[in-house]
Amino acid sequence: MPDRNLQANTRRPAPRAQTRPRSRIVSALDDALRPHEPVSRRTYLSGVILSTAVIAFVWILLSYGGIVPPLFLPSPSDVVRAAVALFREGSLLIHARASLSVIVTGWALAVVAAVPLGILMGTLKFVEALVEPVVDFVRYLPVSAMIPLLILYIGIGTAEKVAVIFIGTFFQLVLLVADVSANVSKDLLDSAYTLGAKRGTVFSRVLVPATLPGVMDNLRITMGWAWTYLIVAELVASDRGLGYLILDSMRGLYTDRIFVGLFVIGLLGLGFDIIFKQLHRILLPWSPKI
Amino acid sequence: MTDDALMNDTAKLILRDLTVAFQRRRGGSVVAVDSLDLTVHDEEFVCIVGPSGCGKSTMLRVVAGLTRPSSGEVVLDGIQVSGPGADRGMVFQSYTLFPWLTVEGNVEFGPRLSGHPPELCTRIAKRYIDLVGLSGFEHSYPKELSGGMMQRAAIARALANDPEILLMDEPFGALDAQTRTLMQELLLSVWEQTHKTVLFVTHDIEEAVLLADRVYVMTARPGRIKREIKVSLPRPRTVGVLDSEEFLHFRREVHQSIREESLKVLAAREDGG
Ligand SMILES: Nc1ncnc2c1ncn2[C@@H]1O[C@H](COP(=O)(O)OP(=O)(O)O)[C@@H](O)[C@H]1O
Ligand SMILES: [Mg+2]
Repeated sequence: MPDRNLQANTRRPAPRAQTRPRSRIVSALDDALRPHEPVSRRTYLSGVILSTAVIAFVWILLSYGGIVPPLFLPSPSDVVRAAVALFREGSLLIHARASLSVIVTGWALAVVAAVPLGILMGTLKFVEALVEPVVDFVRYLPVSAMIPLLILYIGIGTAEKVAVIFIGTFFQLVLLVADVSANVSKDLLDSAYTLGAKRGTVFSRVLVPATLPGVMDNLRITMGWAWTYLIVAELVASDRGLGYLILDSMRGLYTDRIFVGLFVIGLLGLGFDIIFKQLHRILLPWSPKI
Repeated sequence: MTDDALMNDTAKLILRDLTVAFQRRRGGSVVAVDSLDLTVHDEEFVCIVGPSGCGKSTMLRVVAGLTRPSSGEVVLDGIQVSGPGADRGMVFQSYTLFPWLTVEGNVEFGPRLSGHPPELCTRIAKRYIDLVGLSGFEHSYPKELSGGMMQRAAIARALANDPEILLMDEPFGALDAQTRTLMQELLLSVWEQTHKTVLFVTHDIEEAVLLADRVYVMTARPGRIKREIKVSLPRPRTVGVLDSEEFLHFRREVHQSIREESLKVLAAREDGG
């Protein structure tokens, strides 16, 4: 097929100038599936709509179609009704607020401790020697395995859940930030030295700003992970929070409420993700990542 | 007065018997620079050429104070160099502008560190930004600049400190051929206006002959000085000189000298397998 070769050379196909006309769908797919090539906004959006529509369609089909009983899969209207009811009772807000406060507190404490330590660890070999063995060991311990110990030490309550989030986030974040700071170009630091900067200045005015985009990315990523620890924490010995809502609904077989809990967690997670991306854009306009 | 005494009289930078060896992880060491002697005079433009891996960067980093020599010394204006300082500006081959600072912020970096009042820093920055032809880009971030523009800003940043000597490590090595020629012209014009003492490292023979008053040819590793060639092309120079008979003469001379070294590197590789 001579026209195939022509395409390979010019990368972009000359759209309608082919000897054998191909269907529009085939050529659109061909355009959309080039490795590492950008696609038009329209193509991108149609992908987003397609996947959402397929999931919605399957859900609607299975639930309203009576293929899966409501006990296992509530219909969209059941879920909306349950959400409205929970919201009216005021419990949805209470649970969401409880989860949010635990997650934000635990995560923020971890950030405050892990970011400076990670930057030092990635920069100073000696700090790496001090920190790495401990962190590498602890981060392989599942957070859920530490919950009994935490309950023993701190008791049941908010502090224990905050501690779960902290432990889950802290050790991962230290290593992620260390990696970011270790990857700061040495030439950047050397340039600062040749401009007359002393060690402290190089740290504060070069190394720290240079790590910001990477740190920002990792804050976003660990916030996502923190949600998974939160649910683990709330499934054990808890009386409020979205995880508790889900567990409690299961006991009463309120599957629709379980779905409400899941949706709220998903939406909050998505919200945080968007906030972090916007913050990155606003606070670090110079970042090569945006 | 002897010729030697006259030379020492105006010597700005002296490298004396400089040796740099790096410890290997598995024991043993690599000698990167071996008893190297070299002098740069005040307001002189000196180029070092040598095959890749012969220790040019290492030598320059020692002058900058970024690498400690194993033995020997570096003397600038009669004072022994013991660490990095604002009196030796450096331009690297890689792009080293601070991405979080604008062009102006980058060029101001040095003056601000030395504690000048902000208005003065801005004035200094403006002067050097103009000098390298970047006016209009003061408030651009590095990610918005081309490679050539970033290197121009890096030159302005190094010059804004008004260093005693400007050290350049293949600063145009990452640029395409057209941009490189433009940058060489720019550097020639900057030099005409500032008469800064420059020590410039490159593996590009043409670049060395075009820019330099004197060219030192380095041997293959361990690097020492193999030859010194005075380039008596008239100044001010432009790229027009590239076609002249004299230019070709100097280029041939450097080329001969460096060719022997490149062949040695090649032979050593083949021996080593
Ligand atoms: N920090 C270092 N540690 C170990 N070896 C090094 C280091 N820096 C340079 N070398 C070695 O020294 C030699 C000279 O390197 P370099 O000065 O970069 O050469 P050039 O700039 O002429 O290409 C090379 O063999 C290189 O591998
Ligand atoms: Mg080099």
